[in-house]
Amino acid sequence: MMIFDVAIIGAGPAGMQAACDLRRRDLSVVVLDEQPAPGGQIWRGVERNCQPGSHLAQGLGAEYRQGADVARSFRASGADYRPLSRVWQIEESSKEAMAQGWQVFVTRESQAEVIEARRILLANGAQERPVPFPGWTRPGVLTVGAAQILLKSGGLLPEGPVWICGAGPLPLLYAHQLRKLGGQIAGFLDTAPRDTLRRGLPHLNGALRDWKSLAKGLGWQAGMRLSGLRRETGVTQLRAEGGDRLERIRWQTPEGEKSATAGVLLIHEGLVPSVHPTLSLQCEHAWSDAQQSLRPVLDPWGETTRSGLFVAGDAAGIDGAKAALAKGALAAIGIARSLGVLSDARARHARVAGDRALSKARAARPLLDSLYPAPEGKIGDDTIVCRCEELTAGQIRAAARRGAADPDRVKAETRAGMGPCQGRQCGYTIARLIAEAHDMPRADVGFHNIRPPLKPVTLGELASLGKTKA
Amino acid sequence: MFRPLPDSPEGPTVTVFVEGQPVVARDGETAASVLLRHLGTARITPVSESPRAPFCMMGCCFDCLAEIDGKGSTQSCLVPVREGMTIARQMGARKVVA
Amino acid sequence: MAQPDYIVIGAGTVGVSLAYGLQKRGQAVCVVDGGARDFRAARANFGLVWVQGKGGNLPAYARWTAESAALWPGFRDALEQCSGIGVDYQKPGGLAFSLSEQALRDRRAVLEVIGGGALPEGVEMLDRDALQARLPDAPLGPDVAGASYGASDGHVNPLKLLAALQQGVLQLGGEILWDWPVQTLRTTDHGYELTGPDGAKLRAANVIVAAGLATSGIVAPLGIDSPLRPQRGQLLVTERMAPMLPMPCSGLRQTADGTVMIGATHEDVGLDTGTTQASATILAERALRILPALGGARIVRQWSGLRVLSPDGGPLYTQPESYPGLWTVSCHSGVTLAAVHAERLAEQILAGALTGDTRHFSEDRFHVPTPA
Repeated sequence: MMIFDVAIIGAGPAGMQAACDLRRRDLSVVVLDEQPAPGGQIWRGVERNCQPGSHLAQGLGAEYRQGADVARSFRASGADYRPLSRVWQIEESSKEAMAQGWQVFVTRESQAEVIEARRILLANGAQERPVPFPGWTRPGVLTVGAAQILLKSGGLLPEGPVWICGAGPLPLLYAHQLRKLGGQIAGFLDTAPRDTLRRGLPHLNGALRDWKSLAKGLGWQAGMRLSGLRRETGVTQLRAEGGDRLERIRWQTPEGEKSATAGVLLIHEGLVPSVHPTLSLQCEHAWSDAQQSLRPVLDPWGETTRSGLFVAGDAAGIDGAKAALAKGALAAIGIARSLGVLSDARARHARVAGDRALSKARAARPLLDSLYPAPEGKIGDDTIVCRCEELTAGQIRAAARRGAADPDRVKAETRAGMGPCQGRQCGYTIARLIAEAHDMPRADVGFHNIRPPLKPVTLGELASLGKTKA
Repeated sequence: MFRPLPDSPEGPTVTVFVEGQPVVARDGETAASVLLRHLGTARITPVSESPRAPFCMMGCCFDCLAEIDGKGSTQSCLVPVREGMTIARQMGARKVVA
Repeated sequence: MAQPDYIVIGAGTVGVSLAYGLQKRGQAVCVVDGGARDFRAARANFGLVWVQGKGGNLPAYARWTAESAALWPGFRDALEQCSGIGVDYQKPGGLAFSLSEQALRDRRAVLEVIGGGALPEGVEMLDRDALQARLPDAPLGPDVAGASYGASDGHVNPLKLLAALQQGVLQLGGEILWDWPVQTLRTTDHGYELTGPDGAKLRAANVIVAAGLATSGIVAPLGIDSPLRPQRGQLLVTERMAPMLPMPCSGLRQTADGTVMIGATHEDVGLDTGTTQASATILAERALRILPALGGARIVRQWSGLRVLSPDGGPLYTQPESYPGLWTVSCHSGVTLAAVHAERLAEQILAGALTGDTRHFSEDRFHVPTPA
């Protein structure tokens, strides 16, 4: 069986950049991605959408269209690109330095297979931060990211009274894109704290290094004001009400409770790195107070605490697409160095430009993190926290109080995190409820054990690997 | 809940079957997207038998689990439409089929 | 709590079963639990309350197991009432599949040895047709020749059992100290003293060490040999399925939630609690030989646990002669034996001595002096 030099998981900005750079050094590269085409979520559908004269591509903006160039280079790089590949387990096959290797278990078109590689680069991106509120499981409630994906992959616009609720650059960008494409929004409910100036000022100076991004963000905000869109600030205690469908939303502002009819509610409270693969591989992680999330501990080359396993892009910490390109380039240098095709000295020289690009791309991040902190509002006892097992905050709290501040114990007692999503939707909330019950810092609670498979796999797929080997 | 852009479609379309009904889908669309705009939901949960619809559209919420070409518990947001594909909501717990 | 009557080391199923039984008998019990990363066999359990086939080499173990299974319904009622936590216990009987005619004959032979020449009471052999009749919603694979059926077998949610026992201890006025790994255990003039985190001390006249694989290390400084070894078992569990298995089977059980558990491997890999895809494949292949229709079912989780095994696989209950009031209690089958531990063993410990069958479970059985 072919043993690749590098297996890259994820074909977003970081994965594509790393693949191009590693191929340029003549290393064999396989890229496994869940999506049907390159681009990740940020540049999803970029090849198809960026046809000449496309109205959609115009509406999605210049930064989106830039993805087409990266995708083109990636297609031409000679990497073995395998779209629609669901990675469900990663195992280390040999720990000996010279023969170090990994096995990646993948299902593609219902066929399971094992891919072997000497190094792994996880460029599997981020997910939107789940923030439970009453009614968030009701059909009609989606994330802003989901709505944007529907726009990029199907050319779909939301309809019915459409409300956007949340905070961060993505809702502003999406509202801006909708406006340009003729979509209608009933209102924008801003959950960011109102003391913007006090929060932002200390970080403003540093952020000015990336003044282009700042100007763009201000432009989105100004556009929203000019359009006369209804905007509420200081929003808390959102509720999505109705029967089997969303019918009405309700929220609080410092001025009092308000409500409105709603057909679609799009929510967004920032992004968190996708850490399930690194958690399952028991890499060390660190808690980021600024981003209220875990991230794998990496050395300057992007290598985790498990030798031979690298992470790049937003999976290493939320910094956006430009930074993801830089991180992908740096990880490629780190991997080439670790494979011995680049000496330490040459690697250090090679990374100077990447370091500079990364630093610039990150310049506005402390400002953004301080303007859009993770919501801290109390989660009501009746609110569903674990969407898969349908467990409420009250049930989790009761279990949390009953014993040790150990997420695995709470998981074992309640089944929270045992459903198909493996805690991707409830993990942080459970940890937060445990921290609250035991009056301890969130950073000290940790996260429940992530068990294989990373994505559900059928018994038939598992069994088929035995037959091919025999 | 969702409608195509006014000047769409751009590019080819395919016909899929949503619980028996033919539905025209844009090439590049996912099965979840078709379920969302055609039925508004993707599944009935096995725990409380309540309806759910695609929520994250990027493979991490598992609320879009549906039966695609007869295969249950498929993350429909990760499946691009194909000519003739059959798509059905998943109603409660999986049943084994001999 | 003032000085407790008993300290139990280990808040796993074995430890809290005893603590619950002692607390019910009017004793003040303090349970100390280890750290989050301890091995915790109680959280990896398959959930069988299983009698058939056990004790082939140790007839007392067969009787002890059967006694526990008989006690289980009453034990469950009292525990659920006391704790307010349902444990999903059912006793529909259990099946052990045979995947060839030869295997079915071998199975009968093993059971007849245990039964002293005939099948034990409540056990019957089912051929393929009889077996299929008992599993109408689970079409059998072509390799299935039949199964043995044991009427005493049942199953339970082991995680809920653990939570209910812990809650039961608390409800009855006992105490559990979480994250209190024992550093040292030493004798004092009036009993024993434990040192825990940050130099904290606990004293009691009686101490039960039910710390699973950690037991040996805790009592070794006192010169007590507790011969335990780990054996890894890996398990799989599916998504929630519509009801298909009306009773638990060896290696295959549908839980009250609808998930199907598939177990378990037997691996001698030391204290490694990892999982391997190779084992998942072996488990999947076996499950599909029995129920091919499960081929489309999705596995949502794989995990492993370390069995706590004595040299002959039977329980180890010992009060060393020179340490009155100090007990070591460990076994592989803490779920099956939970009822008999809470009822009979707690009684005997309280009385200060093992009686009847349990005398066979002292570790003295491994220290028979060899003739010179």
